[in-house]
Amino acid sequence: MAFDKMELQKIEVWDGNFAAAQALRQCQIDVVAAYPITPSTPIVEGYAKFLSDNYIEGEFVMVESEHAAMSGCVGAAAAGGRVATATSSQGFALMVEVLYQASGMRLPIVLNVVNRALAAPLNVNGDHSDMYLGRDSGWIQLDAFAPQEAYDLNFIAFKVAEDHDIRLPAMVHQDGFMTSHTAQGVYTLTDDEAYGFVGEYKPMNDMLDFEHPVTHGVQSEEDWHFEHKARQHNDLMTKVFPKIQAAFDAFEKLSGRKYNIVEKYDMNDADVCVVCMGTSVETAREVATEMREKGIKAGVVGLRVIRPFPFFEIAEALKDVKAIAALDRSSPNGAPGMLFNEIAGALFNTDKRALLSGYVYGLGGRDLTKAHLVSLYTELQANVDAGKVTTQLQQFIGVRGPKLAFL
Amino acid sequence: MSEIKKVKNLKEFSTSADRFEGANLLCPGCAHSIIVREVLNATNNDLILSASTGCLEVCTAVYPYTSWDASWIHIGFENGSTAVAGAETMYKALKKKGRLKQPEREPKFVSFAGDGASYDIGFQWISGCMERGHNIMHVVLDNEVYANTGGQRSSSTPIGSSATTSPAGRVSYGEKKNKKDMIAIMAAHQIPYAAQVAPNKWKDMVKKIQHGMAVDGPVFINAISPCTTEWKFDPKDTMHIADLATDSLVFPLYEIIDNHELNITYRPKNVIPVEEYLAAQGRFKHLFKDEYKYLIKEWQERVDEKWAYLNRREEARV
Repeated sequence: MAFDKMELQKIEVWDGNFAAAQALRQCQIDVVAAYPITPSTPIVEGYAKFLSDNYIEGEFVMVESEHAAMSGCVGAAAAGGRVATATSSQGFALMVEVLYQASGMRLPIVLNVVNRALAAPLNVNGDHSDMYLGRDSGWIQLDAFAPQEAYDLNFIAFKVAEDHDIRLPAMVHQDGFMTSHTAQGVYTLTDDEAYGFVGEYKPMNDMLDFEHPVTHGVQSEEDWHFEHKARQHNDLMTKVFPKIQAAFDAFEKLSGRKYNIVEKYDMNDADVCVVCMGTSVETAREVATEMREKGIKAGVVGLRVIRPFPFFEIAEALKDVKAIAALDRSSPNGAPGMLFNEIAGALFNTDKRALLSGYVYGLGGRDLTKAHLVSLYTELQANVDAGKVTTQLQQFIGVRGPKLAFL
Repeated sequence: MSEIKKVKNLKEFSTSADRFEGANLLCPGCAHSIIVREVLNATNNDLILSASTGCLEVCTAVYPYTSWDASWIHIGFENGSTAVAGAETMYKALKKKGRLKQPEREPKFVSFAGDGASYDIGFQWISGCMERGHNIMHVVLDNEVYANTGGQRSSSTPIGSSATTSPAGRVSYGEKKNKKDMIAIMAAHQIPYAAQVAPNKWKDMVKKIQHGMAVDGPVFINAISPCTTEWKFDPKDTMHIADLATDSLVFPLYEIIDNHELNITYRPKNVIPVEEYLAAQGRFKHLFKDEYKYLIKEWQERVDEKWAYLNRREEARV
């Protein structure tokens, strides 16, 4: 009956997918309903194997589509237990209808999203198009830059999502292939430490409590719909960050690893900085260090939390820089990039508004090279020197053909 | 083990404790509420229910009210079956883990959906649930039309019916395609039980629901639900129309056990002509014009042929 625990090395060599699968095993999910899609498939394959080898006591259902995967997750979560799944790209897009239903019904499901481009043209590689597609869905979105973080953030996600003051689903993002299929050293928690951190699932409004029948997923028209949506937004805006911070603090105590809502690198005296997400953060950090050797005071801001958007934390992090580049790894298709817009919004009413320019990069898995970042930082420094943005506000980097720039 | 209710007579049946309240917004004369009560009253077990988007859903759970005295969930149009399948999976997980709050109770998992939500948009989800062997019952409230959105054709709409997206007109007799044989498709999933029921034959219905709840594995029930609004008959005539449907054999009552044993469960003493069934409903009114009368003849032939087929299958046990 009882399942077996797994003895882990202090440091394991895991890719992001396996790190996430291990985190799900350690959280002892009650139900996983999933459907395969590159590059997230190994997460649920790993989970299924753990189940077959008696390292898990829950149920795994391999359904017939991603829409059904999230539908099954919603039914299972409403029944009253810990629920998780994983997906990418087209699968994520197919899930979108149910993502809104999961959050509107306040069900704390954890979804590992291994970021990948959206067709057409079909592409299996990593960019942030799917991650951006989910940003209005009412979920908490956490972003891992490396396998270690894909592991750790799953524990944070359950801790925050299942908190009875929150009761909102959470996504843990990692970059397709660059994180999901790149093996690195990952510091582990023991099974007891990990489960102790997330704790036993505490049901609320669970359908399986037969003494207290509940109605989930009601109709509410113009008389109540607005209030329900407003309340959900209110909780995202006011309640989630304190809980994330508390979870980060508790996790640091347990593991020694410190996470921040906004991850700042060399920002204390930075003149120029890039704001980005995913694996690009590490590349930017390396280049920033090299730029400093060349006399350019460069910094990096990485978003650990995408939703809710860390409006004040971003403004605070950027208050002393002179030029900022917002890096969007998703085609805005007819607008400035999302990060550009949101950073502009965060800075607009502050005293010191740095020069802000936007860059679109890395679509469909195109590499963001160090050389790209060197010229980008150099452009930012030129902006600082000129006291104005010297380029167009939106530039595509790393794309073949004539230079593409807009606005 | 499950406690199946003893049902002695209609009075006892109709006055038993309701888990579906009369306080709902369904049309007067709507068969949905009758069918739902008949299904729920067939068992004393705890119930975990779902409804797909549609008449039943929008009329029974308008915040802050609910008509359901059992746990109930609605997600979307297509995924009500998967919603209860997810809940059933959680039940299995928590049972295994010893975390059920009332471990001695044995719930039944039932999803209700219209024909649009079952034959069309939810087809894949139901197929998935049947194939995976969830211990759930899917009940189609088959009114042969998208009633909630105002009467558009579904793949359950029969030939010659005037629906708003296949209206009868100067040069059209309405719907051109015949009704999809959903029972056969579902039975082909090798599920333990599939059956067709009608609200007017409540004893037959209760027997089948109880059979379905007693078996281990997925169950598919297709219930004819005469729709006063879209079929265009007087609300007081719902049961009369249902009688015409079953007694004309337009809607034969039968069950298929393990995709193998087909049993006809109702043989009308006096089979009435299909024409009488059609004549009682406004949606077929235009078929009585001279130029479309051949369609009525074809209807009768189709019904006779299907009845003969069901009889042959019953006899052959294949």
